[in-house]
Amino acid sequence: MSGLLLLIPIALFLGLAGLGAFLWAMSNGQFEDPEGAAIRILIEDEGESNVQGS
Amino acid sequence: MDQSSNPAEFQTDFAPLEDSRFAVPGMRCAGCISKLETGMGSLPGVVAARVNFSAKQLAVTHEASINDRVLIAEIGKLGFQAQPLSANPLGRDDRERKRLIRALGVAGFGMMNVMLLSVSVWSGAAGTTRELFTWLSALIGVPVIAYAGRPFFDSALMALRNGRTNMDVPISIGVILATGMSLYETIAGGGEAYFESAAMLLFFLLAGRTLDAVMRDRARAGIESLLRQQAPGAMVLDASGATHWIKADDLAPGDRMLVAAGENLAADGIIERGASQCDISLVTGESAPQNCGVGDRVIAGAVNLSAPIAVRVTASGRDTVIADIARLMDEAGQSRSRYVRIADRASRLYAPAVHTLAVVAFLGWMIAGAGWHHSLTIAAAVLIITCPCALGLAVPVSQVVAAGALMRRGVLVKDGSALERFAQIDRALFDKTGTITLGRLKPLDLDRLTQEQGAVALALAQASRHPIAAAIRDELAARGITPASLGDLAEQSGEGMRGTYRGQQVSLGRPQSAENVDGSVTSLSIGDVHINIRLTDALRPDVTAAMDQLRQMGVPASIISGDRVDAVNAVAQAIGIAAQGHALPRDKIKAIEELQSAGHRVLMVGDGLNDGPALAAATASMAPASATDMGQQAADAVFTGDSLIAVPVAIRAARKTMRVVRQNFALAIGYNALAVPLAFAGLVTPFVAAIAMSLSSVLVVANALRLTRAAQ
Repeated sequence: MSGLLLLIPIALFLGLAGLGAFLWAMSNGQFEDPEGAAIRILIEDEGESNVQGS
Repeated sequence: MDQSSNPAEFQTDFAPLEDSRFAVPGMRCAGCISKLETGMGSLPGVVAARVNFSAKQLAVTHEASINDRVLIAEIGKLGFQAQPLSANPLGRDDRERKRLIRALGVAGFGMMNVMLLSVSVWSGAAGTTRELFTWLSALIGVPVIAYAGRPFFDSALMALRNGRTNMDVPISIGVILATGMSLYETIAGGGEAYFESAAMLLFFLLAGRTLDAVMRDRARAGIESLLRQQAPGAMVLDASGATHWIKADDLAPGDRMLVAAGENLAADGIIERGASQCDISLVTGESAPQNCGVGDRVIAGAVNLSAPIAVRVTASGRDTVIADIARLMDEAGQSRSRYVRIADRASRLYAPAVHTLAVVAFLGWMIAGAGWHHSLTIAAAVLIITCPCALGLAVPVSQVVAAGALMRRGVLVKDGSALERFAQIDRALFDKTGTITLGRLKPLDLDRLTQEQGAVALALAQASRHPIAAAIRDELAARGITPASLGDLAEQSGEGMRGTYRGQQVSLGRPQSAENVDGSVTSLSIGDVHINIRLTDALRPDVTAAMDQLRQMGVPASIISGDRVDAVNAVAQAIGIAAQGHALPRDKIKAIEELQSAGHRVLMVGDGLNDGPALAAATASMAPASATDMGQQAADAVFTGDSLIAVPVAIRAARKTMRVVRQNFALAIGYNALAVPLAFAGLVTPFVAAIAMSLSSVLVVANALRLTRAAQ
């Protein structure tokens, strides 16, 4: 029983943290461009000067 | 959306900033992203450029002095075609979707946590542990259900207020009843709690609804937003000779507008002074420019291409040709809005049945002397178990999967009802210009040019906005030719582009000889060498294959076009189908209505503004991505790419989808037929409800996933 008193708040906290992270990601536009995010990793930033110009 | 507001913080140091968004369908890889972002970002006056690859869009933050046309030309130089998007194409629908997703997240969280607690109750927790867990379930369940159920409660309330009933009414009653009963049991202690059933029901139903909304938004973002800017007003010359700016709505017949080269016309009128060429592709979808001189009629929305003209307004605002066609389109679209979606048809039968069953169960147990508490519990169980959990998923999941498959093939379907209507099609009508043909001029003789001549031609062509120049530019740029550097570049109205190249006079424009009857020949001169470049409006690729496939599917096709009869017949003979020429927008609607009253379901494929009413009147309609804005708005589906094969592909995918939807209905209803007697007998415990609900949902979703390859 005393184990439960510890575990249940932990489980609830983790669940809430997940929900909070999801809601944050939604409002922060993290899901706006999933395909682009997957592809951007492949871009090589060799022309630094160009990038800074933007 | 938050990202776009960041650059505005620096606004004080610079000229006023503006955000513009463009659809750039040609981006395919990481290279394209960096090319667009660095290429556009390094332009003077551009503060930031950001690509959204999923939506195939480019957002540019720039000084207000740069207009969209300049930016499009710059994107063109990078090798991409772009179309301007309205500032915020998403807006309200986007909020609706986000609200649903948020509710879905909350329901998912609640469902999992309550389920965790319920599993231990079912596996034999007793005494204080059981009481504690039930109380925890209530603490999580009640707020979660109150939040996640709001979309259903709102909709049910709306329906009841209007004296109707819809699927959301039994859902809401079931959820509220189950939650209320469980809360009572929790406080009184002892009985079974249904919190996890209610949360799970909401979760599955929200999943179906969210999918539906996501599909609608995704397609709409691609289509609705291709709004070309119409002229907001015009410079008007008053009696005293002064000019001032008047808004389009305030223009009156008799006003004299001055229209500079490159501007849109804000009203219909007759040319009083000047001679130019007009791009009326907005109205007809045809890109070959029309010559227009003093006394010719011009219409609002046309683009004045080469020289300034003065136009006496004959009709403005709501009286213009465009406004008239828009009205016709509205009227024609009303017949389609009467179409009832299959899910709604099902729920019309289903909702009263569910209510009756629940009431019968309640009364039956009351008569049997079970007491109101026990009877109410059983009625709640009946409502929960019959709630169209699988039914609510059956249609949207199938349609979303099919629409996703079609989207990968380049067909954007606007909503689920469009797919249902596509499945019924048994006749197809095609417009000619821009639908059977590409609707844009394609230069024929570029192979004869040397590398150097090509470079000069490209340099001349890309400095002009003329459609012929644009056609030559696109074709040359696609061949990887880099423009030569020219001096003294100048556009001479009505004649073409001039410049100097290594000391020689070069030009691209109207040929000296008189063979230029329909404006489809242009001449490239370098020094004394003159080369004529012919342009033609070619048939779309795969036209015959598409027609063959349609015939095999039992969908005979024919052409209905506003073009000259002989031009239409020539095309019709080339592809071997029947044709009707010289058809006005009203004639097209009439042809469709005649077919419909003969019992046919007609598919209209068209692109021009003149097709708009027909697109709206047909059972289902399709437009190419090159279509006019109105054409795209009126159509149920838009296909990107040039190939007409998209039409049979869409119909075939829609038919497969409906087959799967019917199977899903059978699965869902079969499950209910099994479960309802159990619920009636009072044997449905929360445990049984949870198992039955998730099993049937998984089955329906798995069946729908078979559609991933529907568009092949």
